Amino acid sequence: MAHQRKTLVVVGHGMVGHRFVQAAVERGLTETHDVVVVGQETRAAYDRVGLTSFFEVGAEALSLLPTGAYDDPRVRLLLGTEVLGINPEQRRVHFAEGDLEYDELVLATGAAPFVPPIAGTDLDGCFVYRTIEDLEAIRDAAAGARVGAVVGGGLLGLEAANALAQLGLETHVVEMAPRLMAVQVDAVGGATLTRHVERLGLHVHCEAMTSAVTGEAGRVTGLELRDGEHVPAEVVVFSAGIRPRDALARAAGLDVAERGGVLVDEQCRTSDPHVWAIGECAAPAGRMYGLVAPGYAMAEVVVDALTGGPGTFTGADMSTKLKLLGVDVASFGDAFATTPGALELVFSDAVAGTYKKLVISEDGRTLLGGILVGDATAYGVLRPMVSSGIALPDNPEELILPAGRGGAELGLPDEAQVCSCNDVTKAQIVDHVAREDAPCDSPACVTRCSGAGSTCGSCKPVVKKIVEDWFAAQGREVDTSLCEHFAMTRAELFEVVAIHGYTRFDEIVAAHGTGRGCEVCKPAVASVLASQLNHHVLEGPQRTLQDTNDAYLANIQKNGTYGVMPRIAGGEITPEKLIVLGEVARDFGLYTKITGGQRIDLLGARVEQLPLIWRRLVDAGFESGHAYGKSLRTVKSCVGSTWCRYGVQDSTSLAIMLEERYRGLRSPHKLKSGVSGCARECAEARSKDFGIIATEKGWNLYVGGNGGASPVHARLLAGDLDTETLVRYIDRYLMYYVRTADRLQRTAPWIESLEGGLDRLREVVVDDALGLGTELEAAMARHVDTYFDEWAATLDDPDKLARFVSFVNAPDVPDPQISFTTTRDQVQPAEVDGPVSLGATIPVGAPR
Amino acid sequence: MSAPTATWTPVCRLGDIEVEGGVAALVEGRAVAVFRTWADEVFALSNYDPFSRASVLSRGIVGSRTSGGEAVPYVASPMHKQAFDLRSGQCLDDATVGVPTYGTRVEDGVVLVGPERTTQRETGQEPGTEDE
Repeated sequence: MAHQRKTLVVVGHGMVGHRFVQAAVERGLTETHDVVVVGQETRAAYDRVGLTSFFEVGAEALSLLPTGAYDDPRVRLLLGTEVLGINPEQRRVHFAEGDLEYDELVLATGAAPFVPPIAGTDLDGCFVYRTIEDLEAIRDAAAGARVGAVVGGGLLGLEAANALAQLGLETHVVEMAPRLMAVQVDAVGGATLTRHVERLGLHVHCEAMTSAVTGEAGRVTGLELRDGEHVPAEVVVFSAGIRPRDALARAAGLDVAERGGVLVDEQCRTSDPHVWAIGECAAPAGRMYGLVAPGYAMAEVVVDALTGGPGTFTGADMSTKLKLLGVDVASFGDAFATTPGALELVFSDAVAGTYKKLVISEDGRTLLGGILVGDATAYGVLRPMVSSGIALPDNPEELILPAGRGGAELGLPDEAQVCSCNDVTKAQIVDHVAREDAPCDSPACVTRCSGAGSTCGSCKPVVKKIVEDWFAAQGREVDTSLCEHFAMTRAELFEVVAIHGYTRFDEIVAAHGTGRGCEVCKPAVASVLASQLNHHVLEGPQRTLQDTNDAYLANIQKNGTYGVMPRIAGGEITPEKLIVLGEVARDFGLYTKITGGQRIDLLGARVEQLPLIWRRLVDAGFESGHAYGKSLRTVKSCVGSTWCRYGVQDSTSLAIMLEERYRGLRSPHKLKSGVSGCARECAEARSKDFGIIATEKGWNLYVGGNGGASPVHARLLAGDLDTETLVRYIDRYLMYYVRTADRLQRTAPWIESLEGGLDRLREVVVDDALGLGTELEAAMARHVDTYFDEWAATLDDPDKLARFVSFVNAPDVPDPQISFTTTRDQVQPAEVDGPVSLGATIPVGAPR
Repeated sequence: MSAPTATWTPVCRLGDIEVEGGVAALVEGRAVAVFRTWADEVFALSNYDPFSRASVLSRGIVGSRTSGGEAVPYVASPMHKQAFDLRSGQCLDDATVGVPTYGTRVEDGVVLVGPERTTQRETGQEPGTEDE
């Protein structure tokens, strides 16, 4: 019988549905099955765990499938599509447009927020907290409101309260249980948490039953509590738990659990052998799991089953760690000491607001669980100790005492699960750095390749520690040396140069390096010197340090000719200047092309032509565009409010101002920017190292974006800034980057490398947490004040010009290696194989 | 002119070459890259980079790399950074690739470039020294 491809239908495209498809592709299920994924929301799967960050980073940053489609053509994604019913007997899925037959069906329909059955929940101003659309609606409602309330003080309720507070509302939290986060923390932990939350200005009402939502003229006015109290609120968010979305299974007659959820066996198979259920809609052994990690585990189990594997799901680690309003809360293992004979070891500091409890086995040898409030740094080490059951040290209190080792130095066994979200063990992490084939060279690389730390991020410090320990054990510390000549990072080199006030490579390599340098450290030193001194890069001994392009103030092309790119700030250019560019290109026989940075590249210039071309350009009012430098390239812009009927700010003027401010700033890597005059974002500012998008009130500043091989969207650093504040923040941001980034490290990986990432950057730039603000601004002011055009300065200096010749002994003889062909009426490099000689009869000049 | 007396072409003054820099010179119709090291030694290689097939080696960064316990002076191609030993023309990143070298000497502050020395490379004669 011919092999026939089967059809696998996945209903639900949330985090778990997406993970299932990823696993199906990775593990070869698509070799035998066509996969159809049906999502009810119009968006592809997004990170619901990080939902609250939507307000900061926007929907795109949350997306788990930014392209909106899977690379594997055998996976079809149908979004905005409702499944009306399923028929397990006929193996059909019903849609409004018709039916789809399946061989296997996976239900990943998730859960719905529980809204208590009380009066008034349908009033305007009542919301749930589940989707990006919910958050958009809450944001819109909060814009005109002053007070908000959240019904539910659990994990999700506090997330929602956090969001309301961030939106500027006076916020009430109404919880039925005697404490906040009753599922995760005990009475003392709850009290500690409440003190933290109240100190931040939120109102906490525990043991408070909401009996009705009050309203006026169809709009919510508050909550009525059973004891008669009235909590005023113009925005109400229900976040009092979730219920499995099991309606399709119920209607189809599949077994469901008593408390809801599609009943499944250990392989996540429902009562029909060809229907499976995973994630929050499923109830393995009758119990539902409201966390993402068990959902991921179920997805893996079903892929395993469909590929003939033995995997089973027999319960999950319900450990939780989160940070709300700056308060760390973690709960793991047997947090409530339900194991017979379990012992508790408690450290509590009411002044500092920390509460830590370890639950230890009767024999005192193993850690069973614990609760951490106020400081959860030990979580990364404690949780794997529970799952791996390794023996406790003799003084377990050291694990939670403030001055203790935090446990980070404790050796974890290989089988210890470090990342519970993605089920990655210590052994797997070590394998990623130790493997022969394409090993990882950094903790960030391990996170990308293994998934460890990529979901909630709480294990990142442990991942880092494991990777560094491994390197140390190999005697090859994570090598941050620039090269064999300098055993320091670029940031350290920057400090050394600044402290000693060095101005020459010779002094630096003699005092802090070995040997005579190379093509790695010389340009790095040249860049550091240029950032600090802003001298001409071709000045004296600096010349021989410069990388290929800086050395000739132009971009070398494949045949040894150069591209010349004058600055066209903001992409704005007069007709007269356009004509000059055309004339210069025509007169020197150059190829012209419009670049992505809104300027014009003139290609094919021989080295000896460069000064002649610059002369013409400088005389016409042009200057170097630094297209050759690790420095600011362009600030792209749209026409903004001056021309565009949608524009809300003058983006072109701002772009020109910024480009002229930061032009010539030598940095660890190239810098690109863009300014958009409205939220339509025509200047593509979010693909830039710093991008600015106009708002009604001012400017939003986004940082850390780039295009290229690994595109990254810039993320919001600060919003609604006036121009002066915007410039101050960019000054600080760029100078901090120039000082601390590694060589050739773009801003996105640099931000990722900061301990604390974007949040840390915001502390430094916006809150001035390091007290560096004034210094960074002053450094930028120096740069701005000392800026000069490198092309014009070169034309004025015969010493610098002397090098722009074809041959030192025959400056009038063009390099015979360079020849051109013509395509579409313009020159192109001709392919030449082997060295081209001139006849020996060509007369050559004698030395001067 | 006796047979072993090859043609030596004066190309420039030593001071025309920056320390740890290079210049391109035209020697008997061929493009030659002439380098000056920190120790004021002068080396000459073909200017043609066999990887990028462009005549550009004189524009590379001059560096040193520790290999077998000694500091090897080299030039890194400005195109894709392959390193060539200034003394032998041998590519340090690909044992199968090398570029021709030329004899050099400095007389009265004038740099002279001599004949191609590919055979000397094979016979192991110390390059960079004066011919014969």
